Amino acid sequence: MTTSAVLPAKKFRPGFWTFFFGLVTIPFCIVTVLRFYKGLGAVTHLSDKFPWGLWIGFDLLCGVGLAAGAFTLTAAVHLFNLKKFEPIVRPTILTGFLGYIFVITALMFDLGQPWRIWHAIVYWNPHSVMFEVAWCVMLYTTVLAVEFAPVVLERFGFHAPMRIIHGIITPLVIAGVLLSTLHQSSLGSLYLIVPSKLHPLWYSQLLPLFFFISAIGAGIGMVILESYMSKRAFGRHLEMDLLEPLARAMVVALGIYGMMRLQAIARNGAFSAITDFTYEGRMFLVEFVLGVLLPVALLSFRRLRTDPTWLVAGSFLAVLGFVVNRLNVSITGMEGAAGVRYVPSFPEIIISVGLVGIGMAAFALAVRYLNIFPEQAVHAEGRPEGG
Amino acid sequence: MTVGLLFDATRCIGCGACASACKEQNKLPGPVEDETSAYTWTTVQPKGDTFVRHLCMHCLVPTCASVCPVAALHKTPEGPVVYDSEKCMGCRYCMMACPFDVPKYQWDRAVPIIGKCIMCTSRVKQGQPTACAEACPAGATTFGSRADLIREAKDRIRQNPAGYVDHIYGLTEAGGTSVMMLANQPFEKLGLKAALPGEPPAMRTWQVLSNIPDFVAVWGVFLYGVHWITARREAVSAHQPPPRSPGTASTDDPHTGRRS
Ligand code: SF4
Ligand code: SF4
Ligand code: SF4
Repeated sequence: MTTSAVLPAKKFRPGFWTFFFGLVTIPFCIVTVLRFYKGLGAVTHLSDKFPWGLWIGFDLLCGVGLAAGAFTLTAAVHLFNLKKFEPIVRPTILTGFLGYIFVITALMFDLGQPWRIWHAIVYWNPHSVMFEVAWCVMLYTTVLAVEFAPVVLERFGFHAPMRIIHGIITPLVIAGVLLSTLHQSSLGSLYLIVPSKLHPLWYSQLLPLFFFISAIGAGIGMVILESYMSKRAFGRHLEMDLLEPLARAMVVALGIYGMMRLQAIARNGAFSAITDFTYEGRMFLVEFVLGVLLPVALLSFRRLRTDPTWLVAGSFLAVLGFVVNRLNVSITGMEGAAGVRYVPSFPEIIISVGLVGIGMAAFALAVRYLNIFPEQAVHAEGRPEGG
Repeated sequence: MTVGLLFDATRCIGCGACASACKEQNKLPGPVEDETSAYTWTTVQPKGDTFVRHLCMHCLVPTCASVCPVAALHKTPEGPVVYDSEKCMGCRYCMMACPFDVPKYQWDRAVPIIGKCIMCTSRVKQGQPTACAEACPAGATTFGSRADLIREAKDRIRQNPAGYVDHIYGLTEAGGTSVMMLANQPFEKLGLKAALPGEPPAMRTWQVLSNIPDFVAVWGVFLYGVHWITARREAVSAHQPPPRSPGTASTDDPHTGRRS
């Protein structure tokens, strides 16, 4: 009963991306040395007026958000018993884990004194959202590591620890979902503290909820994209019978999110910023049309949802819109109050791109050497079922 | 008793003695800059024919202290909001969050810390006025208990209503501050943050944070309940021959039996 569609045949060419990221590696190393030798001022466009930039807006906010597929899928499979999604749980957990490693690495660049990152463990301030963020990152990265451990352990044939992990999988998944819920929303809560600074198109007391729901939407979008890219890279098919219902869930999440956002903007009386086509209004339109309206409109049609090309396009838009949203909250929406325009410096971009590249390389390596994808499992067990 | 400062822009002559005294007291390197920085904790800016001081407002419920993940900032019982550079890890959330844009960062250093006015906390603890208040030749910056300063400010406005706008900046801004200001023109014209909410911003996050324990309990029980129900349903259906589709995913999953 597996319906799958073969994507337009494209052969994976490692040439371009390998070359591209290889090229980024050299400046990446140079910027890294400069940053730790000379300080943030030497490599970034950050300033007293604009203390948080691309590394918070993209690396932290997006890195965590796009890892949201992991808890969504583990919850679906282990708690809601939607077993059919089991085949894509492993790549999703891997993405989640790599995403969090990405975030932690980026934080090491952004923190003024990264060697003091452990201070969050000993000096407590439970009134601080950042304190909550720190604990969520630490704990959830651990949970993801344990959830992913079986994949590594089975590779080396360690079965005893695998059995232990298997025995605690339910509490582990519940802990993961709890931590993700807290963490996704707490990134929104970070901005609750700036009612007088964040533009009314984005400020809302519901920011935590907005961040949570949009992360589910984008997390699912990432799962679809990632299936597409891995399939493309390894010349396999898309499991349309898995991805189509995921796309439906994404449409629901984005739909609810879109309605709530519009309501919040109405409550803030901020529609004039859109109709006046101000800088903020235009940036909002980019985010909302690309990331909410278009994907919802496209993927509401069953015909488009079941067509791999449209499915991937819709998911890509949702993810893109998500990224623009996080950048809008952290950068566009803060520029007015700061009275300056912030454009990330070249070195800042180099670091972000470089980290993405390292993450993708790690994913590719893991796929090559570990049993991440279902077909491999199926073949290993000698089952004839074609994906 | 909490202390504070009252700055009266109508009296300030822009001599800059306060800014220099601050540099000396806190051993801050470099000359006094036009804008506050990690090395210039207070400065006097001309706005038309008026001068206005910029410095940390020492909020009654300091936003900076509420957001700092490692509690490097805190409000002392005496009034000053102080900073412990040994704890700070440089996340710069305090800069982001402060409604008055006060904390500044050492962008030029490889081992940077935050810089902001600490209201001469060591002097204040000994009952002395701050260095800036002591240095001011025109009585534009005065030091005293917050209650006295409020009384004094109200008196000045009452005695010379034409000379002042009828507003004490800092009385209610962001929940009230220990540093207050008087002026003869609207404060936003002097480059001060106007239209700040009267409740401390920290309350907004605290509303969310204080609900986390309840949230974790409810959400955790819910998730476990969902798991329990689905697992139970599966266990029941495993004992009965499946009515229609014989090859469902759940029955040929080798992990299923073990988990529930
Ligand atoms: S003015 Fe800013 S830095 Fe000063 S106490 Fe208030 S929140 Fe903290
Ligand atoms: S920069 Fe330092 S003082 Fe400011 S919030 Fe972060 S840790 Fe606290
Ligand atoms: S010392 Fe007094 S008069 Fe001189 S600039 Fe400072 S506040 Fe104004």
